[in-house]
Amino acid sequence: MTGPGPAPAPAATALVLVSHSRTLAEGVRELAAQMAGPGVPILTAAGLEDGSLGTDATAILAALEEALERAREAVVLFDLGSAYLNTATALDLLPEDRRRRVVLADAPLAEGAVIAAVTASVGVGAEEVRERAEEARGMRKVPDPPDEPAAAPGGDPGGR
Amino acid sequence: MMGDEPAAPAGGTPAPGGAAAGPGPGGDGAGTPVDGEAIRAFIQRFAEKVAAHKDELTALDAAIGDADHGTNMDRGLQAALERLPGEGAVPADLLKAAAMALISKVGGASGPLYGTAFLRAAGAVAGKAALAPGDVLALFQAALAGIQERGKAARGEKTMVDALAPAVDALEAALGRGAALGEALAEAARAARAGSDATIPLVVTKGRASYLGERSKGHRDPGSLSATLMMEAAAETLGGPAR
Repeated sequence: MTGPGPAPAPAATALVLVSHSRTLAEGVRELAAQMAGPGVPILTAAGLEDGSLGTDATAILAALEEALERAREAVVLFDLGSAYLNTATALDLLPEDRRRRVVLADAPLAEGAVIAAVTASVGVGAEEVRERAEEARGMRKVPDPPDEPAAAPGGDPGGR
Repeated sequence: MMGDEPAAPAGGTPAPGGAAAGPGPGGDGAGTPVDGEAIRAFIQRFAEKVAAHKDELTALDAAIGDADHGTNMDRGLQAALERLPGEGAVPADLLKAAAMALISKVGGASGPLYGTAFLRAAGAVAGKAALAPGDVLALFQAALAGIQERGKAARGEKTMVDALAPAVDALEAALGRGAALGEALAEAARAARAGSDATIPLVVTKGRASYLGERSKGHRDPGSLSATLMMEAAAETLGGPAR
């Protein structure tokens, strides 16, 4: 995914996706990358060394290090449970000057990553990417049901 | 905290009443200072205890968790033993090496929690070749604070905090009234055990088991048991000679 040749100018914000599942993280990465285009580095830290499910602080640390090579700042998105604990532990292990360049987004992984990637693709900083990603928490996917019972088959009154 | 002077705290004139721990040998109340080798023995003993209780830890975790606490902790501590630096290492080096092994090898939530505990413990005693009782207290206080910060857990939430927090309180109180380190750590271990017992009727509010709600009642929290084993290992290895 990196592409060879001379290193391109560092991006503003990279994403790091932390998940228990390698498959899940790769799928989210694929989805987010497609929406964002090639300018946003998206790294994953997912699964344990032996391929089983879990999150690993040392793998997250390595992904953060690489993200900060390729971008000025990084936003981390994660799935459940120990994904956060291990991300926080990885941050503890990161030297202070680099830790300050990392922001955690408290957002649903798939929706948050897509919004974050699109936002990052316009070259904004990590804080703005985080804010937008966290809006995914309240994002409705199904239109409000009571809004338009419009063509209710029975044509009952009730309505509004 | 607490200067480096070796025998300062309870030492000088051992309070006549405070000889509860070892009347005979413990002439100087402060006992031997805790050096790297004592910390190595502590980590080894913790690993032995977890190995011996592996099935029990896993069975507890099977009742309300994902049945891997014993296996995970055993794997992490065995990795820690392999990575401990050799003779001459100071306490902080040993604790840090154990922390990194736990962080990378335990998995689940226990890995980052115990890893952070050992990492903070190492930070609390950085640069010291030998630890006075006050340093040992600082070590466990830092470990507890790390776990609470990382896990956002308070007492009564059916977690390892329910064993560790009373243990640290007991350690502080015992040292505060002039008990020798060995006795203070023994009290801390008993407080940890009682705290773990007290998790049995509680409802889980943290982690995967919290999805079970009321059904988590009636089972001991596995993390509180591994934390108790840690404090018992400390009492057996950091309290000076011949306990």
